[in-house]
Amino acid sequence: MNDEYLVYNEELNRYELDPEQKVRDDVEKNRWKLNWQLIVKDWRLYAMLVPMLLVFLIWRYFPMYELLGCFKITEVGKEVAQMKWCGFANFKSLMFGGTTQTTAFWRAFRNTFLLSFYGLLFGFPMPIILALFFNEIKSNILRSVYQVLTYLPKFMSTVVMTTLVSMLLKQGDLVSGTGIVSLALAKIGLISRQTADLGLLNNPDFFRAIYQISGIWEGAGYDSIVYFAAIIAISPTSYEAAQIDGADKMAQMRYVVIPSILSTIVIMLINRIGSLLSIGYEKVMLLYNTNTWVTADVVSTFSYRLGLEDGSQAMASAAEMINNVTGMILVIGANSIARKASDVSLY
Amino acid sequence: MKRKLEVSELIFKILSYTFLTIFSLCCLYPFVYAVSASISGRYAVDYNQVILFPKDIQFDAFSSIFNNNQFWNAYTNTLFLTVYGTIWAIGVSILGGYALSKKRLLFRTGFNFFLVFTMWFSAGIVPQYLNYLDTQKVFAAIGITDVKWLIVIAMGMAAMNIILLRNAFEGVSSEIEEAAIVDGATEFQVLTKVYIPMSQSTIATVALFFGISRWNGYFWARQMIAASGSPNEQPLQVFIRLLLEDYTNLDTLAGWRAPYSPNSAIYALIICAIIPILIIYPFIQKYFAKGVNMGGVKE
Repeated sequence: MNDEYLVYNEELNRYELDPEQKVRDDVEKNRWKLNWQLIVKDWRLYAMLVPMLLVFLIWRYFPMYELLGCFKITEVGKEVAQMKWCGFANFKSLMFGGTTQTTAFWRAFRNTFLLSFYGLLFGFPMPIILALFFNEIKSNILRSVYQVLTYLPKFMSTVVMTTLVSMLLKQGDLVSGTGIVSLALAKIGLISRQTADLGLLNNPDFFRAIYQISGIWEGAGYDSIVYFAAIIAISPTSYEAAQIDGADKMAQMRYVVIPSILSTIVIMLINRIGSLLSIGYEKVMLLYNTNTWVTADVVSTFSYRLGLEDGSQAMASAAEMINNVTGMILVIGANSIARKASDVSLY
Repeated sequence: MKRKLEVSELIFKILSYTFLTIFSLCCLYPFVYAVSASISGRYAVDYNQVILFPKDIQFDAFSSIFNNNQFWNAYTNTLFLTVYGTIWAIGVSILGGYALSKKRLLFRTGFNFFLVFTMWFSAGIVPQYLNYLDTQKVFAAIGITDVKWLIVIAMGMAAMNIILLRNAFEGVSSEIEEAAIVDGATEFQVLTKVYIPMSQSTIATVALFFGISRWNGYFWARQMIAASGSPNEQPLQVFIRLLLEDYTNLDTLAGWRAPYSPNSAIYALIICAIIPILIIYPFIQKYFAKGVNMGGVKE
């Protein structure tokens, strides 16, 4: 017999409840009351939380409830709550159904992954390289000029940026000529004149390149700020010590600069890996057209068309669900690896 | 001691100067071209005679935009969304971030998780769209029929920004707060008189993030305006995009004998959209640099 809370009463020859346990039970029972009193006393603090909680509840968490539509049969004119459950049927037909939707979904899934992956491969190192080069410019004025020029594209909104891109790469038509950048590319022989005249944005072979290059153009300068801040924080004595030891420029890079900014690089890398599947749909939607779906269609845009234009909300929600759950696993995974490997983590 | 440059150092220097020069010129060129094309004559633009400098200068593209009522309407809408949206978002975020920064808050980890989870998992476009439609109905039922209020209140809130504010508030020393409480300050006074002045630069940076995202907001604004059928509420970004999609109409709009090319009109519009940000850039520059450095937060 466990005698923690029972004591043996010798007079009555039986076990009885320990009186102290009664006090403990009372405390336990009244804990919520105590908490309630704390909240009432401190109501101003809790009142401050309310607007934030409401906004997030209504516009971030309620949609997650609507997402449950992916487990239900779509019925036009009904709320998600009233639809019938159908288990994983939508997922099954989306992933292994063998219909045109299935192929379109896998195509979109692959495109999402590839666009992010190429972004990681080409877009990620670019700001680091820029920061290393900025560090070489000893004249402050000249460096500021370079920096301001490279930050400049960041001030455009996605719409303005994509408008500019589509104007510079536009097809030649009756009204006006081919975009100036397409012409320049044709002139130096990278693409044929005919391809330029048909419009690079109409050609699926070029979509990924356009997406990545415009991304670098827009963000590389601005993203280099982080790395540059880390580089200028390196004490000059480190360089001097390396020079005395006979290190040339490459050796200084290898043994002084890179180790000093490594933690920054790691944080940014984790961040990037975590958002591998949450590709910005806005930019894709603004740049793609029916001709380039083969390489440009990502899961978000696919489910947007499926759900809002073809009216198949359950399928669309299922596609989003697969994408978002995989994305969430990536974020949490990347973050916990980072926490184990070093003391840096994002959240 | 003046050292002679080593060969490797010299090569690296030359490399960095050349690379940076080329890269920054590439960054600059589209803007220069846009300016030149927007003020060049019709023939010069349509037949690609404008490479760098304007040719047959005209300002009719700009003046036609300035005379367009829809453009000014869109500009006003964007200003409305930016100003009210930023005020609302920063207000809610300051209050929430302040409460979350307090160790004595019960269920603090729960509230934090509530926030951070939205960064990990989002419902996606379709459920979000249905949700906005529903809430708009609710808004209309209580008498707010304008979509812009829904855009201001519902969109653009970001968990990341609240976490940045929370971290800044946690950094404020508690002694000052205690002194203020001893002097009889209420909770709200502690926030406005102690915490807000002491984390001004973070608040400015976060406000900048909100402001930029509001100014740039496009997708949901377009969806909601299309759903509610009120085209005169469209912000600038939507206006620009619709014009680009309606490219052929732009030409007939300008008239076949217009002295400028439809391209010029679009470039002029692009410039009009960038200029306000370029004007305020010198004032917000330091917050910009600070903001990107705060991106790598840790807890």
